[in-house]
Amino acid sequence: MSVPADSAPGAPEIGVETPFQRFRAEFFESWIAAFALGLLGLIVVLALLAPWITPQNPYDLGQVDVLDGKLPPGSRAYTGYTMWLGSDGAGRDLYSAILYGLRISISVGVASGVIALVIGSTIGLIAAYAGGRVETVVMRLVDLQLSFPAALIALMLVAVMGRGIDKIIIALVAAQWAYYARTVRASALVESAKEYVEAARCLGLGHARIVFRHILPNCMAPLIVVGTVQTAHAIALEATLSFLGVGLRQTEPSLGVLIANGFEYMMSGRYWISFFPGIALLLTIVSINLVGDQLRDVLNPRLKK
Amino acid sequence: MTVFIIRRLLQAALVVLLMSLIVFFGVNVIGDPIDMLINPEADQAEIERAIKALGLDRPIGEQYLFFLKGVATGDFGRSFIFGEPALKLILHHMPATVELALTALILAILIGIPLGLFAGLYPDHPVSRAIMAGSILGFSLPTFWVGLMMIILFAVVLGWLPATGRGDTAVFLGIKSSAFTRDGLSHLAMPALNLALLKISLVIRLTRAGAREAMHQDYIKFARAKGLRTRRVIGVHLLKNIMIPVVTVLGLEFGNLLAFSVVTESIFAWPGMGKLLIESLLQLDRPVVVAYLMIIVVVFVIINLAVDILYSILDPRVRLREQGT
Amino acid sequence: MSVLEVAGLRTHFFTRAGVVKAVDGVDFTLQRGEVMGLVGESGSGKTVTGFSILGLVDPPGRIVGGSIRYRGEELVGAPDERLRELRGNRIAMIFQDPMMTLNPVLRIDTQMVEAIQAHERVPKKAAWERARDGLGQVGIPSPEERLRAYPHQLSGGMRQRVTIAIAFLNAPELIIADEPTTALDVTIQAQIIYQAQKVCRERGAAMIWITHDLAVVAGLADRICVMYAGRIVEAGPTDDVIDRPLHPYTVGLLGSVPSANKRGQRLNQIPGMTPNMLALPKGCAFRERCARAGDACLAEPGITEPAAGRALRCFHPHGIEVPA
Repeated sequence: MSVPADSAPGAPEIGVETPFQRFRAEFFESWIAAFALGLLGLIVVLALLAPWITPQNPYDLGQVDVLDGKLPPGSRAYTGYTMWLGSDGAGRDLYSAILYGLRISISVGVASGVIALVIGSTIGLIAAYAGGRVETVVMRLVDLQLSFPAALIALMLVAVMGRGIDKIIIALVAAQWAYYARTVRASALVESAKEYVEAARCLGLGHARIVFRHILPNCMAPLIVVGTVQTAHAIALEATLSFLGVGLRQTEPSLGVLIANGFEYMMSGRYWISFFPGIALLLTIVSINLVGDQLRDVLNPRLKK
Repeated sequence: MTVFIIRRLLQAALVVLLMSLIVFFGVNVIGDPIDMLINPEADQAEIERAIKALGLDRPIGEQYLFFLKGVATGDFGRSFIFGEPALKLILHHMPATVELALTALILAILIGIPLGLFAGLYPDHPVSRAIMAGSILGFSLPTFWVGLMMIILFAVVLGWLPATGRGDTAVFLGIKSSAFTRDGLSHLAMPALNLALLKISLVIRLTRAGAREAMHQDYIKFARAKGLRTRRVIGVHLLKNIMIPVVTVLGLEFGNLLAFSVVTESIFAWPGMGKLLIESLLQLDRPVVVAYLMIIVVVFVIINLAVDILYSILDPRVRLREQGT
Repeated sequence: MSVLEVAGLRTHFFTRAGVVKAVDGVDFTLQRGEVMGLVGESGSGKTVTGFSILGLVDPPGRIVGGSIRYRGEELVGAPDERLRELRGNRIAMIFQDPMMTLNPVLRIDTQMVEAIQAHERVPKKAAWERARDGLGQVGIPSPEERLRAYPHQLSGGMRQRVTIAIAFLNAPELIIADEPTTALDVTIQAQIIYQAQKVCRERGAAMIWITHDLAVVAGLADRICVMYAGRIVEAGPTDDVIDRPLHPYTVGLLGSVPSANKRGQRLNQIPGMTPNMLALPKGCAFRERCARAGDACLAEPGITEPAAGRALRCFHPHGIEVPA
């Protein structure tokens, strides 16, 4: 669009925003996204503060009484406080168990997300920057892996490696790195064709400096979008594997483990043991996805007018 | 076309070979093959014998060739639990899984395409907004949890549908399926819908995006300028263009459905190969696990190949390019 | 009786950034068999005028006022089904980019036969034969073979011939051609113009030829309407307008057409940029780019008739001296 002709040259520019301000303004244009971000913040804070705001440490045997087992929501516990969300088979307060479970679920999701992001984008960057045979081999590998669902790859790996928090993270990273590699390579290819990279080369800057200081920062936008979506995926995937009994152990009770524990009581109508951890899981994933959706819209230059 | 198929077949064979390498080294290098392939209840003498029989005292390269020979002849060893050849066991469970995945795929198309089309044609309509909100929810809902909630609602509270099993089956046109009996259908409904949920969301999004993009294309406007009825503009001009990406993605998603049925089958006790896999995993029945992994790889490769061919049939532009080469 | 009478047509687009008055008071009349050139820069509203006549303005756009009469029948506010009956049948349109107008996944015959069957109960075979003859008439060799092809198998010029053939399939009385040669090679352009003109004369159809290129319509149109910022600023018989342009904008357009007798001279360009349709200047929209503009131009110029058959929206037309 053309500049209005009557704006005099040299007039003080009013309302010029920094890129971050504009990003913030555009992000909060959607009240749904704003709400989702708030919800996500709340969930993370609750998870972080779990030990201080729950009536019970559900994994301290001294605080749990089997007599409190399978109580419906709103029941009064043997030890005096009200279990607003009921209790599970072992007598743990579900509200407390959910907040502790969130800690584990979110940690696993974020840890695997970050590691996959670092590994995947490094590989993608190298492929794009090196080009030639390196790129062909790497991208063939990426395509091959992406032709299988991430869930199946993770399942294969835990089948081979066994259960446990470290193994789950390895499996999730292995299942997801290719998404980052593909994303970064695509935008790095676009970026490295631009003049500023050419200029940096002419200045004789080192490869590492060009790749990490010049190309990478310009690939951040799509990377952030993929990162949010993949982290939500990782959380859901961990919960699924744990529910199937091939993910985390009972001693690492993520939300998926809690839901699995409630499975056996379900037929007798004690829905809450699976229901409330599931709601917590759902809210976490939905809020991340909604934030990711809005990020995609705001950061995608193609959708801008 | 023939050259194209032969080339793709060779590629496919290479992928299977590569994956066999990964599965083999997964089992033999990351894991302990003695743990994995030999019945954990065997005594020392049995283990010695088994190590000899499986060639575990040989060099690793030779072992791989031995494994490959097994794969090629369909010999993955016997299940520790059932005592049957692992491959036979899996093939026996496969029809139930295919039935479930196919039903889910059909549900995804029947529900997803009309909803997505509506949302794409009337993006500002309140119903469209509801559809899109639903599809975000569908993406975010963990399949297994929805399955549990469906059981609580439809089986426990309302008592409308049975919670587990496959129900009665009947043979029709030489195919044995639950879809041919009333009881079987009532058993099929919940797991199929559960498995379809993610795919419905996906189809809605694809169709909507396709419709919104195509709506602004000149050829749609030109079709309207020709005075065609709305039904024909949407049903032929729009839909035929949208169907190319939708069919391609759905074809690939069929493999995904087969793999994801692991979750649904476990919840609804559907006697398919996914449930078999999880049970084998939990009971350390390694030959079955290895056989499942190799079979699913082969199935995926076949599906990818089929989708490529289908794509070239659907899109005249691709078809001609291939003929030209 | 005139084929088309457009009076006070206003089509506005209600975008988030504001109201775009793409067409804001357009009047013209088209007689049977007459060819009218509708000339203007991109964004001047000429294409939207064409779509308005066909009833193909999509949201956020809407016809907010005026009337469009086809053979005396009011089209603004007519039922959708009536508009559909007319489209492609009595009033047809040729689009700008032949690469985009044919559906890539349907064969040519499908796209031609459906255009016939949408308006007439004809057996498929008869429709197919009509389609074949139609292709022959626009100079397509071996039409039977072309009918079985997909659009991407044809060249751009060939595709535009196909769309012209489609437009003429149902012997319409009015053709709206929206820059049908802009996307083509220069050599093909002349052929397409020739074909369109020929079929038009043969069938006695009236035509609105939309273009940004005065040179194209100079040899083609009986009459020229020059559009600027949603309005017709000057109209008249082709020769009059080209020989004795009155509006400064028309003068500017003519000055920027390269031609043999201006060799070696500098081409005059119109200063400034195409106007921002969201924030048009008050009064005459051309005021800020016009050398002849004065205080009077702050008011909106009305339509005057400086000579027989001519219309003008300008306070300071060429050929009439500006009072100092």
